[in-house]
Amino acid sequence: MRIGLFVTCLTDTLFPGTGQAVVAVLERLGHQVEFPAAQACCGQMHFNTGYQREAVPMARGFTAAFAGYEAIVTPSASCASMIREYYPALAAQARDPGLARAVAEVAPRTHELSVLLTGVLGVTDVGAYFPHRVTYHPSCHSLRMLQVGDAPLRLLRAVRGLDLADLPDAEVCCGFGGTFAVKNPDVSAAICADKVAAVRQTGAEVLCAADNSCLMHIGGALDRQRSGVAVMHLAEILAHTEDAR
Amino acid sequence: MTAPGVGAPPPGALPASAPHPGMPTYLGMPSFPVAAKAAVADSQLRANLAHATRTIRAKRAVAVAELADWEQLRQAAKAIKDHTLAHLDTYLLQLEANVTRAGGQVHWAADADEANAIVASLVRSAGADGVVKVKSMATQETGLNEALAADGIGALETDLAELIVQLGHDRPSHILVPAIHKNRAEIREIFRTQMPDAPAGLTDDPAALAAAARTHLRQAFLSASVGVSGANFAIAETGSLVVVESEGNGRMCVTLPRTLISVVGIEKILPSWRDLEVFLALLPRSSTAERMNPYTSTWTGITPGDGPQDFHLVLLDNGRTSALADQTGRQALRCIRCSACLNVCPVYERTGGHAYGSPYPGPIGAIISPLLRGVTSPIDASLPYASTLCGACYEVCPVAINIPEALVHLRAKVVDAKREKTFSPERTIFQLSGRVLRSPRLLAAAQRASSLSGKLVARSGRIRRLPPPLNRWTETRDAPAPPPESFRAWWARTRGTGR
Repeated sequence: MRIGLFVTCLTDTLFPGTGQAVVAVLERLGHQVEFPAAQACCGQMHFNTGYQREAVPMARGFTAAFAGYEAIVTPSASCASMIREYYPALAAQARDPGLARAVAEVAPRTHELSVLLTGVLGVTDVGAYFPHRVTYHPSCHSLRMLQVGDAPLRLLRAVRGLDLADLPDAEVCCGFGGTFAVKNPDVSAAICADKVAAVRQTGAEVLCAADNSCLMHIGGALDRQRSGVAVMHLAEILAHTEDAR
Repeated sequence: MTAPGVGAPPPGALPASAPHPGMPTYLGMPSFPVAAKAAVADSQLRANLAHATRTIRAKRAVAVAELADWEQLRQAAKAIKDHTLAHLDTYLLQLEANVTRAGGQVHWAADADEANAIVASLVRSAGADGVVKVKSMATQETGLNEALAADGIGALETDLAELIVQLGHDRPSHILVPAIHKNRAEIREIFRTQMPDAPAGLTDDPAALAAAARTHLRQAFLSASVGVSGANFAIAETGSLVVVESEGNGRMCVTLPRTLISVVGIEKILPSWRDLEVFLALLPRSSTAERMNPYTSTWTGITPGDGPQDFHLVLLDNGRTSALADQTGRQALRCIRCSACLNVCPVYERTGGHAYGSPYPGPIGAIISPLLRGVTSPIDASLPYASTLCGACYEVCPVAINIPEALVHLRAKVVDAKREKTFSPERTIFQLSGRVLRSPRLLAAAQRASSLSGKLVARSGRIRRLPPPLNRWTETRDAPAPPPESFRAWWARTRGTGR
């Protein structure tokens, strides 16, 4: 399948390894991945912070960049839910029927990575090898907006050598919340402290999630504590093979 | 008396900038982040809250899982409330007619001050200088106790938790459990120092504390001539009111005094008794995790020779009409005050209720308060941001209020209300970043600049300190150093420009 990669502005700028991992996994499975260079940001941060007027041109940019793809993949449940769940409302709000039509075409074809793999492509074993103890944090938008269910866990369970540890209170938010992390830094840090304690309790070497935003937040606190726990995006674990050892 | 203009008011009937008398006792509250900072630093408070919310949310999950048709009940409740709100003008007049027919008197209050003045004058006409109160959110909202006190009328809270709050000269911090922020040792101290008839040697055993409160309240129940209540539901087809409670103190207040005054928000209405069935299945399981609450009191006007002989219903607007005019916000008027959203909220669990500057804390408070009061005060402009948008509240809401959607909608209202102002640093940042983030060319340029700066500031791949406002990140978290090459640059270098 010819798949358009929406890498997201955060991953593009700060975590290019995640984007490279998505490319590696999908190409290993025999798909053709393209990166439309016209892409930028989906506008979620602006939309969720109340700058909805400013988010409209970003939605237009996204739909233009990804028009015509059979499937679009993104390594972020949060950005995927912005596109799938909020773009239709944004187009209606902007009173832009052209945008509404473009959204109706592009949004349903936009998939978070674990959904694309397990749901659209029907794969759970992507041929990965990762001999480490890993715990998985289900990000709120993956869980409650996209409702990916256990798709990421099924993918992780199929990884050879991987020792999957249950995360206590896994479904509780990590406290990131986009601009919440800087608008309410004290509360954000207090919520994160409990998530970090839960992660450390598992004895995992690696914390995994389907969103680099949450991982940047929890990982930042894990690093501040010199915990020695690394954070890795789901794609990066799935990209690991015995050859890459 | 005439009905206020409810039903389908014209959009924007009340401009967001209009000052609202709203909730007088909460005027001048600091913004949420300021109040929350202090709350988060209180380790005793956080321990009390974590213990209480964790216990109750586990129990709720069990109680809800018992019903196979929970989701259908939830959708039915949503549909009933939406229908009622769309025809509120009709149902309110029907309620008024039926309450009047049953011997009660209906009063219409546009705001808190009007409601308080009506109650004070009714208490005076009854020749009383004190009232006993059933736990009521509407009268917390109007600041009735403070208003009555200013008129020389004493109001005694008879709900155990409300009594604790009142004796402690405190404010409620939870809709269902107003004293959730206090542990039993702290409650014992309040009783010992503030309750003149507290028994000597009172321990912090819950049964002993409840017994002390019972003794303290009993004489007041028997001697009071006026009771004040709210209502969980008002049934239009018969003009009946319903109060749902656990302790029985409410039953005492609505049956023993000669005069009963009920202050009820106009959105509490249900068309029929059949509709009530749905809510009596949803409310106890969502709030106390009980299959059925211990006491459900219902009354219709007056019954000669039995119970209060003088009944007044004060119907309260206080911003509800303007909330109803808000197409996205109006869903908040479906709220049945169960508190399930508070108990699952990661923010509420760390801050408690006081930081929300309103009797309505937690996720529902973060939307209800700005909807009722407007978004201009510091607290109301900050409440829509008092959430990570994790969606746990929406998941448990028994009337399916999409709280994250309403929060995001209110954030846009906050931003748009400030757009006329000449300068806002935040708006400037968002407008500039908006320009960069919608342009692949500018984004690539910014990435090249950040890669360069990353090499300068980062030690071992992590940034430990950033300048304001990003120091709000690095005070508790490391930040990732920008990589030497963005994904975009890597793709162009290794795969060419492509499409």
